[in-house]
Amino acid sequence: MAPRRPKLAVFKFASCDGCQLTLLNCEDELLAIAGEVEIANFLEASRAVVKGPYDLALVEGSITTPEDAERIHKVRRMSRTLVTIGACATAGGIQGLRNFKDVHEFVSSVYATPEYISTLEASTPIAQHVRVDFELRGCPISRAQLLEVLGAFLRGRRPNIPTYSLCFECKRQGTVCVMVAHGTPCLGPVTQAGCGALCPSYHRGCYGCFGPMESPNTASLGARWEAMGAARPDLVRAFRTYNAAAIPFRAASEAYEQQEP
Amino acid sequence: MQPGDSVVIERVVLDALLAALRERGYETVGPTVREGAIVYDEIRATSDLPAGWTDEQEGGHYRLRRDDREALFGYAVGPHSWRRYLEPPSLVRWRGRRVDGGFEDDLTPGPPPRYAFVGVRPCELAALLVKDRILLGDPGADPDYRSRRESAFLVAVNCGSPAGTCFCVSMGTGPRFGPGFDLGLTELVDDARHDFVLQVGTARGAAVVEGLPHRPAEPADLTAAEAVLREAEGRMGRSLETEGLKERLERSYENPHWDEVAKRCLSCGNCTMVCPTCFCSTVEDSTDLPGTRAERRRIWDSCFSIEFSYVHGGSVRTSAGARYRQWITHKLATWHDQFGVSGCVGCGRCITWCPVGIDITAEARAIGGPAEAAGSRP
Ligand code: SF4
Ligand code: SF4
Repeated sequence: MAPRRPKLAVFKFASCDGCQLTLLNCEDELLAIAGEVEIANFLEASRAVVKGPYDLALVEGSITTPEDAERIHKVRRMSRTLVTIGACATAGGIQGLRNFKDVHEFVSSVYATPEYISTLEASTPIAQHVRVDFELRGCPISRAQLLEVLGAFLRGRRPNIPTYSLCFECKRQGTVCVMVAHGTPCLGPVTQAGCGALCPSYHRGCYGCFGPMESPNTASLGARWEAMGAARPDLVRAFRTYNAAAIPFRAASEAYEQQEP
Repeated sequence: MQPGDSVVIERVVLDALLAALRERGYETVGPTVREGAIVYDEIRATSDLPAGWTDEQEGGHYRLRRDDREALFGYAVGPHSWRRYLEPPSLVRWRGRRVDGGFEDDLTPGPPPRYAFVGVRPCELAALLVKDRILLGDPGADPDYRSRRESAFLVAVNCGSPAGTCFCVSMGTGPRFGPGFDLGLTELVDDARHDFVLQVGTARGAAVVEGLPHRPAEPADLTAAEAVLREAEGRMGRSLETEGLKERLERSYENPHWDEVAKRCLSCGNCTMVCPTCFCSTVEDSTDLPGTRAERRRIWDSCFSIEFSYVHGGSVRTSAGARYRQWITHKLATWHDQFGVSGCVGCGRCITWCPVGIDITAEARAIGGPAEAAGSRP
């Protein structure tokens, strides 16, 4: 008898769906995935839902509402392995910007009837609520890295997802450093590799979509940005994007905010 | 014609040289302008070379500049090194396919690429000889490197335009090349002429030159070439006192200056990735989704990643200071014990391409310099 295929479920919290879309975008590999796992719960692809428990849950999005703070525990209980995907799930996402301000002010200025809105003060990553088996970074995640994590899960091996800087990828590809050769501020040296150094290969500085690398020295990089002409508010904005609430980036943006002239 | 001979060729003959190398089955690789820098890539004709370009280099700073002498090799080294071709950044070492009851090899290695490197700088030639000790010697001989290296044809070019981060004179590796090249060029360019003095290094180099228009080198040509190099020697942007440096570094493992470097160092790994003598790689195994194929790749790694020093239970070098110390003491001290030569050839790449401009010569002075030695533990 053929072994039972592992059951895969995809869950969404506060997010834009871009990361689960990466799974759908695995066009060439999608058949292979469907051959290896039973896609039991993936609402973006099909309304047919097979009940849990699941062998592998991919969790997208951050926790921003009291309901979601409950629901994530249910997801955890019915998932043998839980992998968070994307900047929202691993760091709180762009909606983590609320963490720096009073969320009630946003609510009252955006919504006609603020009483209908029930939301939390902060947008938080999944790992702050439940145990997470593996975190896959990126805004959005990289297709190749997602396939690597799935392949590793299926074979019971450790995924090859490095945590060093983006610079490793630029240098291996032979991309010329935009900071050194063009004077373009870049977050690459403090950002985790994974995207294939997309922006520098188009002569842009890195925006930090994959979040802080393993030992980010934001103070040293920030000092270099300033020497290159960046102002403190530029630094606050640079560290405050998709991974604004990731602790090293948060600490950096707050430090530069306090130092603003 | 034989090794040791010198002739003069005109600038236009360089195209014939490239054509002759290509006719012999070499892929000609050399300097070319791309993305605002002089990088290495395939070159088919001298029109691909960085004619009239030079570079301005400082710690964490590189800019291309026009130079109206229209020299073809009027620049110093850029971000790439020949390592890219001799030890590719990502190389499949093994591939297997599942078959009934086991697996079979599924990698059919093609013939090794045959490169002709055009524009090998003296420091780079020295770096290749350092690499040969490591990757051709025992233990650790690398058959892939051997096949690429042995078939590579080297056209060296003496250096007339050192950069602000160069210190080959201190390391004894330039600006004039030592042995190891097939053909060696010195560019002579001014208002009156644009020629090359060409030194023949090997018999296969001689065979190529015999088919090219050339004339014997006159004493005046050799004097002109000598003058270019004399002048270059005096324009080194950096220097490094190597006398006693190894011993001073070996006494400085507990020097507080490592923590000071750690405040600036990003642990980004750029210095190691641009260094022509760095050779560290890691091995990554991967499988496809159905589990029918597996692959082993060798990819460039760096002592600046935490994983690099992972042994059972954790990483040995977790602080940035420990990682920087490992790098510089390996380059300048323990390399001598391991390979009988310095791990640094003074090319200056790690200084230029460090995003925050950390300077190996300045740090070596601060840490292993005579002034600091008193403050370090014996
Ligand atoms: S250590 Fe720096 S200067 Fe020395 S060979 Fe390497 S990159 Fe060049
Ligand atoms: S010395 Fe410079 S290039 Fe090397 S790891 Fe530190 S910051 Fe990066």
